[in-house]
Amino acid sequence: MEFKTFVFYVMAAILVFAAVRVVTARNPVHAALFLVLSFFSASGIWLLLEAEFLAITLVLVYVGAVMVLFLFVVMMLDINIERMRQGFWSNLPVGALVGILLVVQMALVLGGRYFGVEAMPAPPAASETYSNTREIGRLLYTEYVYPFELASLVLLVAMVAAVTLTLRKRKDARHLNPAEQIAVRREDRVRLVSMPAEKDQQP
Amino acid sequence: MEQLLQPVAQLFGPLWPLVWTLVKIVAIIAPLMICVAYLTYAERKVIGYMQVRIGPNRVGPIGLLQPMADGMKLLFKEIIVPSGANKGLFILGPIFALAPALVAWAVIPFGEGMVVADLNAGLLFLLAVASLEVYGVIIAGWASNSKYPFLGAMRASAQMISYEVAMGFALICVLLISASLNLTDIVMSQGKGMFHDMGLSFLSWNWLPLLPMFVVFVISGIAETNRAPFDVVEGEAEIVAGHMVEYSGMAFALFFLGEYANMILVSAMTSILFLGGWLSPVGFLPDGFHWFALKTAFILFLFLWARATFPRFRYDHIMRLGWKVFIPITLVWVIVVAVWMMTPLSIWR
Repeated sequence: MEFKTFVFYVMAAILVFAAVRVVTARNPVHAALFLVLSFFSASGIWLLLEAEFLAITLVLVYVGAVMVLFLFVVMMLDINIERMRQGFWSNLPVGALVGILLVVQMALVLGGRYFGVEAMPAPPAASETYSNTREIGRLLYTEYVYPFELASLVLLVAMVAAVTLTLRKRKDARHLNPAEQIAVRREDRVRLVSMPAEKDQQP
Repeated sequence: MEQLLQPVAQLFGPLWPLVWTLVKIVAIIAPLMICVAYLTYAERKVIGYMQVRIGPNRVGPIGLLQPMADGMKLLFKEIIVPSGANKGLFILGPIFALAPALVAWAVIPFGEGMVVADLNAGLLFLLAVASLEVYGVIIAGWASNSKYPFLGAMRASAQMISYEVAMGFALICVLLISASLNLTDIVMSQGKGMFHDMGLSFLSWNWLPLLPMFVVFVISGIAETNRAPFDVVEGEAEIVAGHMVEYSGMAFALFFLGEYANMILVSAMTSILFLGGWLSPVGFLPDGFHWFALKTAFILFLFLWARATFPRFRYDHIMRLGWKVFIPITLVWVIVVAVWMMTPLSIWR
C-alpha cells in the first residue's frame, strides 16, 4: 500500500469514528469537540487531494470560528439528555427515510455514468510552482465573479437579518462614551479646598 | 552537510525522511522551550527594572537559574483534578493550549531555506493554527466545572475571535503587496525597492508603507495572546486567574508555556511579516538568522514594556477597540492598499 493511501485510510477512519461520536456522544460539549475532530480529519483528506487552500480554510473558518461559537452556546445551555432522547423511536422512521434517500442519491450520482470514478480521470500532477490559492482566486474573481458576489450579498443579507431580529434596545443600559471619559480633566472632578490647619492639637 | 549525513541516512533506510524531520522538530522545540523559560526570567527582570526593583537575583548568578528552579518546583507538584471536573477534558485543556503554539513553528522561516515545511500557504496555515489557540482556554474553562474558569473562558473566546478578524485583515494587506502566502517569499519581497537600493533596507520593509497595519497587528497580537493590558481573561482582581484557577503543578505550567510560546510566535510573525525577517537593516551588513532573533526579541520587549506600563483595559473597552476601531481601520486600509497598488504611484512593482 502506498503511504498516501495509508494516510487516507487513517484520516477516513478517524473522520467516520468522530462523525458517529458526534451523534452518539451523551454530552453535547463532547459532541461539539468530536465535530471539531471530524473537521480536522476532513481537512487532512483535502490536503491529500492537494487542495491546501480549501483544507486550511476549513480549519480556519469552521474550527477556528464557527465551532468556537458553537461551543460557546452549547456550554451555556443546560441541556437535559434524557428529554432529548425521548422522541428517538418515534422520529426514527423519518430519520431513516431521509438517510436512505441521501444514500440512494449519492449512489446515483457517484455510481452514474457522468460523475462516477471511471468518468473522472485522475488530474495531471501539478507542477512545482502551481499555487492552489492563486488558481482559486483567479477563477473566483474572473470566471465566477457574479455568482461569487451574489453569494456574498446573500450572506450579508442573512447577517443583517440575524442582527436585526435579535437586536433589542435595553432601556436600563447606560451607554458610556469612552472619548468623553478620556477627555475628563482633573479640574472637572476634583476641587481642592484649602482649609486652615487646626491649631490646638491634643498630644 | 549532505555528504556528512549520507552514512546516517543509509543506516535508517526508508525511515530516514521521518527521522530527519523529527530531528529538525527537536532542533526547533528544544531551543524554543529554553527561550520560553528565559522569557519568564527576562519579563521579571525587565518589569523589575522598570519599577525600580532588581527582580529575581537569588538563584544562581544574577538569578539566572530562577526559571529552572520554577520549572522544578512545578514539575514536582501534585496535579489536583477537582471532583466535579470532566477529567478527560480537564487534562486535554492545557495540552490544547500548548500544542498550537508549537505546531505553528513548522512554517516559520528562520533564514533563507531554514524552515521545516516550506508551505505555499504558510500564512494561511499560521492564521489557522493561531485560531486554534482559543480551544485550550475554552476546554479548560468548561472542564473545570467552576464559575471563575468558565467566565474566563467566555471572555477569552470572545476576545480572541474579535482580534483574530483584525489580525486577518492586517495579514491580507501584507498578502496583497507581496502577492504570496509563502512566508519565505513574503520576507524576500521586502528586500527590494527604492530604499533598499540606497542601502537603507529597513525603510523598505512592510512596516513603513503599512504602518497602521503594523500597529494594529502588534496590538492585536498582544490581545490575541491575552497579555497585559488585555489580560482580562485572568484578571486576578476580578476572576482570580480565569481558566487556570483549578490547575496546579505541571498542568498549570503547560498553560504558562503556551502563553509564552505564543508571545514568541506572535513576535516572530511580526518580524517576518513587517520587519523583514532575517534581512539586514542596512546594505553593508550581511543577512542572517541573528537579525531575525534580534527583531523577535525587540517585539518581545515591546510586550514586556506594555505590561509594565499600561493598566488593564476594562472588558467592554477591549471589545469596543476590537470591533469598532480596529476592524473598520483595517477594512479601509485593505481597500486603500488595493487601490494604491493599481495606481501609477504603486511602490511594489
